[in-house]
Amino acid sequence: MPVVDPAAADGVFSLLWLVIALPALGAAVLLLGGRRTDAWGHLLGVATVAGSFVLSLVAFVGLLGRGADDRAFTQHLYTWIEAGGFRVEASLLYDPLSALFLLLITGVGALIHLYSVGYMAHDPRRRRFFAYLNLFVAAMLVLVLADDYVVLFLGWEGVGLASYLLIGFWQHKPSAAVAAKKAFVVNRVGDLGMALGIMLMFATFGSTAFAEVSRVATEATDGVLTALGLLLLLAACGKSAQVPLQSWLLDAMEGPTPVSALIHAATMVTAGVYLVVRSNFIYENAPVAQTAVVVVGAVTLLWGAVIGCAKDDIKKALAGSTMSQIGYMMLAAGLGVAGYAFAIFHLLTHGFFKANMFLGAGSVMHGMDDDVDMRHYGALQKAMPVTFLTFAMGYLAIIGFPGFSGFWSKDKIIEAGFEDNLVAGLAALLGAGITAFYMTRLMLMTFFGEKRWEKGVHPHESPKVMTVPLIVLAALSVLGGVMLLGDWIVGFLAPVVGEAEHHTPAVPPIVMTLVVVAVVAVGVATAWLLVGRREVPRTAPQRVSVFTRAARADLYGDAINEALFMRPGDRFVGDLVTFDNAGVDGAVNGTAAAFGGMSGRMRRWQNGFVRSYALSVLVGALVVLVAMLAVNLA
Amino acid sequence: MSSAAVLAAEFQAPSFEYSLLSPLLVIFGVAITGVLVEAFAPRGSRYLLQAVLAVLGVVGALVATVIVGLNLVSRGGGTAHGSIAAEGAIAVDGPSIFIWGTVLVLSLVSVLLFAERRLEGGVLSFAGQAAALPGTEAEREASTRGLEHTEVFPLMMFAVGGMMLFPASNDLLTMFVALEVLSLPLYLLCGLARRRRLLSQEAALKYFMLGAFSSGFFIYGIALVYGYAGSMNFAAISAAVSGRAGGEGLLLGGIALLAVGMMFKVGAAPFHAWTPDVYQGAPTAVTAFMAACTKVAAFGALLRLFYVAFGGARWDWTPMVWVIAILTMVVGSVLALSQTDVKRMLAYSSIAHAGFLLTGFVGAQQVADVGIGEITSLQAVLFYLVTYGFTTVAAFAVVTVVRDAGGEATHLSRWSGLGKESPVVAGVFAVLLLGMAGIPLTSGFTGKWAVFTTALAGGAWPLVVTAVLFSVVAAFFYVRVIVLMYFSDPVGEGPTVATPSILTTIVIAVGFAATLALGVVPGPVLDLAAAAGEFIR
Amino acid sequence: MELYMPVVALGIIATGFAVFSIVMSAVVGPKRYNRAKLDSYECGIEPTPQPVGGGRFPVKYYITAMLFIVFDIEIIFLYPWAVAFDNMAVFGLVEMILFILTVFVAYAYVWRRGGLEWD
Repeated sequence: MPVVDPAAADGVFSLLWLVIALPALGAAVLLLGGRRTDAWGHLLGVATVAGSFVLSLVAFVGLLGRGADDRAFTQHLYTWIEAGGFRVEASLLYDPLSALFLLLITGVGALIHLYSVGYMAHDPRRRRFFAYLNLFVAAMLVLVLADDYVVLFLGWEGVGLASYLLIGFWQHKPSAAVAAKKAFVVNRVGDLGMALGIMLMFATFGSTAFAEVSRVATEATDGVLTALGLLLLLAACGKSAQVPLQSWLLDAMEGPTPVSALIHAATMVTAGVYLVVRSNFIYENAPVAQTAVVVVGAVTLLWGAVIGCAKDDIKKALAGSTMSQIGYMMLAAGLGVAGYAFAIFHLLTHGFFKANMFLGAGSVMHGMDDDVDMRHYGALQKAMPVTFLTFAMGYLAIIGFPGFSGFWSKDKIIEAGFEDNLVAGLAALLGAGITAFYMTRLMLMTFFGEKRWEKGVHPHESPKVMTVPLIVLAALSVLGGVMLLGDWIVGFLAPVVGEAEHHTPAVPPIVMTLVVVAVVAVGVATAWLLVGRREVPRTAPQRVSVFTRAARADLYGDAINEALFMRPGDRFVGDLVTFDNAGVDGAVNGTAAAFGGMSGRMRRWQNGFVRSYALSVLVGALVVLVAMLAVNLA
Repeated sequence: MSSAAVLAAEFQAPSFEYSLLSPLLVIFGVAITGVLVEAFAPRGSRYLLQAVLAVLGVVGALVATVIVGLNLVSRGGGTAHGSIAAEGAIAVDGPSIFIWGTVLVLSLVSVLLFAERRLEGGVLSFAGQAAALPGTEAEREASTRGLEHTEVFPLMMFAVGGMMLFPASNDLLTMFVALEVLSLPLYLLCGLARRRRLLSQEAALKYFMLGAFSSGFFIYGIALVYGYAGSMNFAAISAAVSGRAGGEGLLLGGIALLAVGMMFKVGAAPFHAWTPDVYQGAPTAVTAFMAACTKVAAFGALLRLFYVAFGGARWDWTPMVWVIAILTMVVGSVLALSQTDVKRMLAYSSIAHAGFLLTGFVGAQQVADVGIGEITSLQAVLFYLVTYGFTTVAAFAVVTVVRDAGGEATHLSRWSGLGKESPVVAGVFAVLLLGMAGIPLTSGFTGKWAVFTTALAGGAWPLVVTAVLFSVVAAFFYVRVIVLMYFSDPVGEGPTVATPSILTTIVIAVGFAATLALGVVPGPVLDLAAAAGEFIR
Repeated sequence: MELYMPVVALGIIATGFAVFSIVMSAVVGPKRYNRAKLDSYECGIEPTPQPVGGGRFPVKYYITAMLFIVFDIEIIFLYPWAVAFDNMAVFGLVEMILFILTVFVAYAYVWRRGGLEWD
């Protein structure tokens, strides 16, 4: 397992700080500049992220020019915290893993910024929207460029804040405000794990820097390492909407669609996967925690997929799918060295096709007067040809149509899963089938069949500024698989995550691929039989099976949370309040009253007469005198 | 042999280190010049002349202090530096220089407060004609003619001179003279308020009588100690104490009585009774000056007297100081709870601070006791004095600008709703109060931290526990005022905040800035206090 | 203790003298009273009638008394200097001039501010 041991940044890598500084500056200018920046704020927002992308690209090219063992750089900015033995350097770490994330965040980020110029054109608070987006990008970049868990935590909280602000961007809608709050609260649970993990790390290793921790990780006891792994997993679950902290992601769709695309599909929600992969030096030594990661991934990939099957809201269906796909990545990350690279690979391809589809969904909503109910869609392939075609590319990618990017990445995870154990493999395989089902359902309901449009709705294609990003992302969805050519990505990431030794799988890969394709075909066919051949009712049928009902209710995620945590919590807090009022306040107020009474009695000595004061001086002097003599001469 | 011949054989002209004592000489020179200005300058030009003279004098003395401070001779293996001057009467050493600097900077700020004229509509906030009976025709006439007592400036300079001499005196007699030189002008200044003159005159008389009373104890103590040691000089007393030549009763009695005189000046219980009455009655500018500078000077003298002269008898006087410190914290914190007047509340707060300072004083950590990076009790107390001084001056300066028709609105009920009336003034006052309460990121916290840690290191943990407990009690009444300012509705028309001239504004700004700066970056001043080293003897 | 015997003796003699003279004058002296003799003594001038509560007395007396003390102190210092003048030479002269000048500052203040005018 590799040790993080970066060289000092020089040349083009010394511009790394600028990658973060640009969007941070953009956010600062837009937030502090106020209305004066309304006219050109969105352009600045796009420009800063585009600038960061160019820098990331230059740095990436620079990285490719180096040897495989010379691809990690650190740029020291300043000492952030120094307290006794605790020292946190504000340093940036640029290695193959961060490099890929940089490209994803700034590249997809820039496209989504561009798309937002059109999508938010009529929103009076567009400038503020771009400020928050820039803030998000800056925070996300801090997260992936950190070389210390504390600095990472700074970015982690920063993206949490940006996510909160953007989910609740339309704060006039109570549902958006509630969703933002929910996301924030659920994420707090994960953040608690992160904070405790960092503390435990410092207590164990005396440092929180990747380099130091990775160097001495093996010296800790198994118990500590397992605890660390589980705490970090808890953090990852919160940020990446994994079971049991999955409930916030569906509500988060209340945010504007570009936000859903950027934050809740392509980048932020994958931070959990990044954390697990980045912490490989801990997980490799904590097999129990690794197994937990696999379990979480497997459960979530089915959980999300099932939810995706029952949703009529296009964005929620996609959100369920996101949850499920991140489950795949988690599963891969939990497989250890064999899976890290594939987790990241799937993360990247997912970033492309899911962003593509979310933006496509946004484009559809744009044309349908912000209606999100797929039962009101239908036959849109003619009205919105560009959106349809780009969306179709994303669709083919996600179901794993041979040749498309998702095919390569998902296939690898399923293969690796089967190699690890049968249950994980079967879950992944089953997930692929369900994915094919719900995505086909979504496609059919949106773009094919009869028109079920509301009155007065005239779907139209979106403006260029929105379709161009769609086209670019569609192209990436198709071609993302090239990263696997000659196992390039595996070799590229090897310095960070290690490389598994090759051995011949029990089942030949080609057989496995055929099985997967067959399962996917079954999923597609089922969807065709159930949705495509029948007429879609304009209102959701109420007389449905228990399973559909459960899936519609997000598999009772909220109900479980409420029953297990909220209500007992409510009761506990109520009891605490009672205790606080009666016990604690009683004691405090009693003490205060006692002192007040004492004060009232003592002030009588301060009667204003010099003779009394003089007497008190005299008595005091006598007491001092007698005390001195008595104590010392006795 | 005739007596003249005896004199001729023994007389030698005393040497006098003018350069070392230049800060003192500048201040006294300015004070005397001020009296001459009063005598010969025309009435119209006196205000400007006196104010400028006072400012220049204090600045000049400050410059001289810095120069003297930079040229001190190292002694005692580098832990102390300085020289004994004026034939053994004055010790110009690190702590002296530090206290001189502190007193002078605080005095400079106070001079500005004295010189404020806008708040009273173009005249000083001191009585127009002190001799005119309150409420008589003569007083009204003095008021309409716009009379002013510009004597306040030379009086203040005399007091500053005394305050500088007091902590630097190296024998008991010089110390006593310094005590009187600093006290007498203050007695007078206390009685010079323009508004509420009866209260002011009562305060002056009380202060004078009780001050004279305590001076009696002090001089009695001098007599007893002289009887024991056979010398007034601190070094000689120290030698006698270490040698323990017998006559314990004389020494212990002398220490006790000297302590009474000192504790009266620093306002420690049970010798504190004058403080609230005098702080309330005196003109607020004088209260500010007195509360800040007198406390600094008196603590300086207390430290020198007990560490240098009676250092060898430390175990004899420590229990007494423990009792006084606890009593002082209790009285200051608890009595402040029931105060309804801002100035009285601040007076009790200053008593409580005296208690906290005594806590640091009693730790008696010397250079030999502390490790690298730690500070001695002396240095901790000096640092606390700086933090306390700035916050106090600024707090009283804020009191001068909150006014109603009758002058300063000192009753606390008049302060309710100030947060709405003037967010800036209320905000500044809130920060100053938090500073006094010792909330982190203000100077009060670092100051308390310094004295409590040295007291802990000195083994005085019960005292520190008490101090922390009563800090909490004290925090209650500070925060109460903040609550009053921000969360209560104004009574009647509510308070008005007068716009002061640039002078008072500077005072408030400096105190406010110091309160924050010493809370966030206490390093430089702590280093300065550490550089002051130990007393020389 | 022997050292202090003369002091004690002096005190006893002084007390004895005071007691003796008061007792003797009461015993031997003639007792003829008149109005002036029964009146209160006030620096040899006509006693002024006192209002209830003491009232005010002219501050002029106070100023005069203070000035007297200023000069009194000056004399106290001047006297030993005069005795030891020969020995202290120039140093003594300079110091005395400085001292007198300082005292005169206060005097000048009183003079300029009208402290010497009786009415």
